[in-house]
Amino acid sequence: MNLTLGEIAKALNLELLTQSKDWEEIRPSAGYTSDMLSCVMAGAPHRGIWITLQAHMNIIAVAALLELSAVIITEGAQPEPSTIEKANEKGVILFSTKEGSFEVAGRLWEMGLRAMPPEE
Amino acid sequence: MSDNSNPQRILTDQDIQQITRAEELAYELKVEEVMSRDVQCLHPDMLMHDALELFRTKRISGAPVTCDSSLCGVVSMEDLIRCLLKQDLDARISDYMTPNPFFIHPQDPVIEALKLFVSTRHGRLPVVDQDRKVVGILTKGDITAGLLRALQKDFHAEELRRYRASHLFEDIVSDRTSLILRYQIKPRDFSHGGAASSNIKRALLRLGATPNIARRCGIAAYEAEMNLIIHTTNGGMIRVEIEPHQITIEASDDGPGIRDIDLAMQPGYSTASEEIRELGFGAGMGLVNIKRCVDQFRLESTWGKGTRLKVRIFMKPEESAA
Repeated sequence: MNLTLGEIAKALNLELLTQSKDWEEIRPSAGYTSDMLSCVMAGAPHRGIWITLQAHMNIIAVAALLELSAVIITEGAQPEPSTIEKANEKGVILFSTKEGSFEVAGRLWEMGLRAMPPEE
Repeated sequence: MSDNSNPQRILTDQDIQQITRAEELAYELKVEEVMSRDVQCLHPDMLMHDALELFRTKRISGAPVTCDSSLCGVVSMEDLIRCLLKQDLDARISDYMTPNPFFIHPQDPVIEALKLFVSTRHGRLPVVDQDRKVVGILTKGDITAGLLRALQKDFHAEELRRYRASHLFEDIVSDRTSLILRYQIKPRDFSHGGAASSNIKRALLRLGATPNIARRCGIAAYEAEMNLIIHTTNGGMIRVEIEPHQITIEASDDGPGIRDIDLAMQPGYSTASEEIRELGFGAGMGLVNIKRCVDQFRLESTWGKGTRLKVRIFMKPEESAA
């Protein structure tokens, strides 16, 4: 996948919530959408981008364990400062957007991002 | 760097967690470890011409001035410009130098120098010993280079630790060697959810497990950890036994237990409350995920007594932790 997080953030007007170096250059492997954490555990592809409306602390642990390239929090849900802090600590990149998950997934698909089988 | 402009500010635990490794190093590193020892000193009786010549040939923008080998001033580029504007290069250094300059000691931590750079806006600091004898000079560039060297050393140290850990099993000879990790999990402790599993994954990577094995163990441990947090009365224990040929993860608790294990194993079946589902848990996929990630799966439970989950992941010879 040649698409970078920088291009995605710009095209979808995503708000970056975390601080990380060189995040623009990261290239997500694929996309995944679910709000159920166990489904994410089972289905999200390694280095993929995860679209969810969950904004609480536990999404960080999931994203870190799966080594996801970024999480897009949809429908304007705002994580607590402690969650953002945890994300910074774990090197997880968080974006926020007012759009819904369906819209975001559609836009990413249009840009060329695809789903991948959960098993690598 | 942390904001030290307000001495009233008290550091909270959260602030301390945010202190980066570079900042830590600024406290650990001593000035003598990063300073330049090759320092060019001037004398008050020399001429400003000499300062100009020194700055030009050595490509520097300031120098300490010593009287009887102890620090008595500095000449900076600004002093030189002042002198040039007056076309007064035949003046003595003592007429243009800044007397009683700021200085720092070799044993001071680098952070003290950084504070001085910020508060004085000077570009360089003379480094002097107890007798005010100049032993070096420090610029911000020296600090940057020193921090980078130290970070590089850190990186090598981490590589070395990983190398040593990954050879742990080779170095220890016994009939059966294993390493046991134990984690106490508290009920409803959502804010630490995933902490144990991420530590388990890190330990496995450090011990030389492949990313694939570490990921499978991480997922299985995460689901077991979240089950203890979500469902148990008093929390529980996760125990991981790492052997060269296999990893065993056990999660045990003392209640409430599972009423119907077959039902619990069905994808999508969950007993989680509405509040917990709102957090995105209770998809009814936890146990299913664990089973998918492991090679051996055993779940025993007695309603009212507790639950014990024991899973194993075998390492193929090429994936062995040892």
